[in-house]
Amino acid sequence: MSKADEIILIGGSAGSYNLIVAIIESLPSYFIYAIVVIIHRNPKFVTRIEDTLAARLHRPIIQAGDKTNISKNMIYFAVPGYHLLVEPDRTFSLDISEQIQFSRPSIDVLFETAAEIYGKRCSAFLLSGANKDGTDGIRIVQKMGGKAFVQSPEEARMRTMPESAIRANQEINIFTDQEIISYFRDLK
Amino acid sequence: MAKLSVSHISFLELQEIVDLFGKVSGYDLSGYSKSSLKRRIQRVLDLERMDVVDLKNAITNIESFQTYLMNEVTVNVTEMFRDPQYYAALRNDVLPYLETYPQLKFWSAGCSTGEEVYSLAILLMEMGLYDRSFIYGTDINGSVLETARKAIYPLKKIKSYSENYNASGSHGSLSDYYTAMYEAAIVNAEVRKNILFSQHNLATDYIFNEFQFISCRNVLIYFDMELQNKVFNLFYNSLVEFGFLCLGSKETLLNRDIMSNFKVINKEFNIYQKIK
Repeated sequence: MSKADEIILIGGSAGSYNLIVAIIESLPSYFIYAIVVIIHRNPKFVTRIEDTLAARLHRPIIQAGDKTNISKNMIYFAVPGYHLLVEPDRTFSLDISEQIQFSRPSIDVLFETAAEIYGKRCSAFLLSGANKDGTDGIRIVQKMGGKAFVQSPEEARMRTMPESAIRANQEINIFTDQEIISYFRDLK
Repeated sequence: MAKLSVSHISFLELQEIVDLFGKVSGYDLSGYSKSSLKRRIQRVLDLERMDVVDLKNAITNIESFQTYLMNEVTVNVTEMFRDPQYYAALRNDVLPYLETYPQLKFWSAGCSTGEEVYSLAILLMEMGLYDRSFIYGTDINGSVLETARKAIYPLKKIKSYSENYNASGSHGSLSDYYTAMYEAAIVNAEVRKNILFSQHNLATDYIFNEFQFISCRNVLIYFDMELQNKVFNLFYNSLVEFGFLCLGSKETLLNRDIMSNFKVINKEFNIYQKIK
């Protein structure tokens, strides 16, 4: 599998689970992007969202492994308990340094490192959540020329995370759930 | 040298810092994962309110800064009985095999503040193996080893360590192994007795002994593939035949050339046995 030239990041926390499932279910069978999902999960409780979705949708959906290639047409999930970073050679790396915004994995860390490597070929979606993780990351994505999208706080189950990003960042795209799902359904 | 504005380091500047630091200090950071290292260096710039020029000056001219920088760059997050199921796997799948040896040597590489070493010692005590065991705890960072030698940890951490211990399948109580005073707990002397902490740099230092067991958990993620392979070779050469290698739960030996010399004992926790 060849490395992806473009990356799409999806960050969510409390209240984002159903929308993330809907996004993944709406994806076409082939796309040129690498899609990376990062959600806050407690590492002490084993959850197998990726396995459940992979079995249901008959496509590989895997945890992003340390020093593995970031490939086209793949859906990755961040491992609970570790920060997920993007390296200059377009591989993932993991890190258990301090929590950021009380979170590890931190959405900011993934968004910032991915934005720095992929620049304008990086798009980021920030969904429902009860803290401010992702606000700084969205800022860096925009600064590096990438596109940033935030779930409409009106539709988010927890509005803190999208609202914080909207307040801190000018000219951000605010999408309804339906617009977000359409975006992913229409990926090429 | 305080600056008012925030300075951001680029990958190009990072490479310059790595080259300079290698030349003047002898610490070789060239095999470290770039993005992770960049965040660690940025953290030092933020803490010290420095820019890249200040950093280069300090590396070149202030000898104590070199050690400080290296210590700040390394990540020292650890717990007692972290990943309780890993300790259950040691109890069930690894230590019974080691019972056949008259003398046992263990190496905990990248042991940070020592919690993992003491967890291993406790497990060995409970298995009746500790009297014939010796554990070497090593780290690149001399200051965390000081903490490890003192074996004093804040009580509020001990609470979560106890939860880990209970989840690991031990039948005792963690409080059997420490003495609490005020807001801290000291690990008891009988746990501390067969342990030596010393400095060792996985990137540049060599074999120093032969072991039945090596654990190196959540260290290799900070290294690139090339340095990881070099360290795997170091571990391979430091293990006796049929010795065990335990990596972090996200650090796998699968897909590496050296895997043909090992067999998988536990896939989830990346426990391997040297077979040739």
